[in-house]
Amino acid sequence: MENTILVTGASSGIGRAIAILCAQKGWHIVLTGRNVLRLEETRSLMEGDEHLIIPADLTDKVQQQALVNEMPILNGVVHCAGVGSRMLGRMLEDDDVRKVMSVNFVAPVLLQAALLREKKLAREASIVFIASTAATMPSVGNSIYSASKAALVAYAKCLSIELAPRRQRVNCISPAMVWTDLALVGADVEQLREAEQAYPLKRYGQPQDIAPMAVYLLSDDASWITGSNFELTGGTQTL
Amino acid sequence: MEDFIKNFAAQWEDTEMDVFVPTCTFRELEEWSSLIGLAILNMMVKKYGVKVSPAEFKLCVTIKDVYDVMTSKR
Repeated sequence: MENTILVTGASSGIGRAIAILCAQKGWHIVLTGRNVLRLEETRSLMEGDEHLIIPADLTDKVQQQALVNEMPILNGVVHCAGVGSRMLGRMLEDDDVRKVMSVNFVAPVLLQAALLREKKLAREASIVFIASTAATMPSVGNSIYSASKAALVAYAKCLSIELAPRRQRVNCISPAMVWTDLALVGADVEQLREAEQAYPLKRYGQPQDIAPMAVYLLSDDASWITGSNFELTGGTQTL
Repeated sequence: MEDFIKNFAAQWEDTEMDVFVPTCTFRELEEWSSLIGLAILNMMVKKYGVKVSPAEFKLCVTIKDVYDVMTSKR
């Protein structure tokens, strides 16, 4: 099967792992992110040589539109780009809220809207949003990050109904703690090492633990799955 | 009217463009659905700043009917 998949946030972490695994399936990948060097690094780790890099800051309307204009017809999209935030609710100011919501919620929603408006998605395309168990599992200092991911899950569920007539599918993957740069925002590594022992499977996830679920949701094997949110947690019920 | 028909047609995915003429009875097209109806209502707000109500839209049979309702409210 010849698939072309857009992966946002492909320069590191879960996005990079997904891009690498998709390439192993023989799919063509369009990698986007802000950092060209890191995108190049991701591409160097991928099988195949037809993968396209289109750098863009997705919170920038002009860059986002330019990305959409250059986009080939897609069989799948994985929205991975995101930022973390650790700040007490009482400390939040306008900029703190806007920054997180802009990257984690507004940008993927508007990118997805533009891709649909410009008819860049093939019939039966699959769209995957990387959300987080933070959407439903509270933790101190995580209010805006949690809210941004909860918003994404709610949005994706509505979109799945709108796109179902074209057999286009929309799903979310919600990982618990995964060892990425994002997990380290405002955190102490030693504390995280201790905390991961509280997970029933005795470890936080790795990006490679998440990528197979994305590949599955992108594949025809998941053709009956839409509007779902898959929690990948290492067994934990709390963050 | 030409611009309106172009925007009207853009809300459809699979229907051939040449079907979209003023006399087109769009609800009879195979691709028609209430989702496309909503997309057309949204399009009129976005492109022309006109809010046509679902009740008004329901009375429209042809594309020209929709255009006439919209222009009467501008």
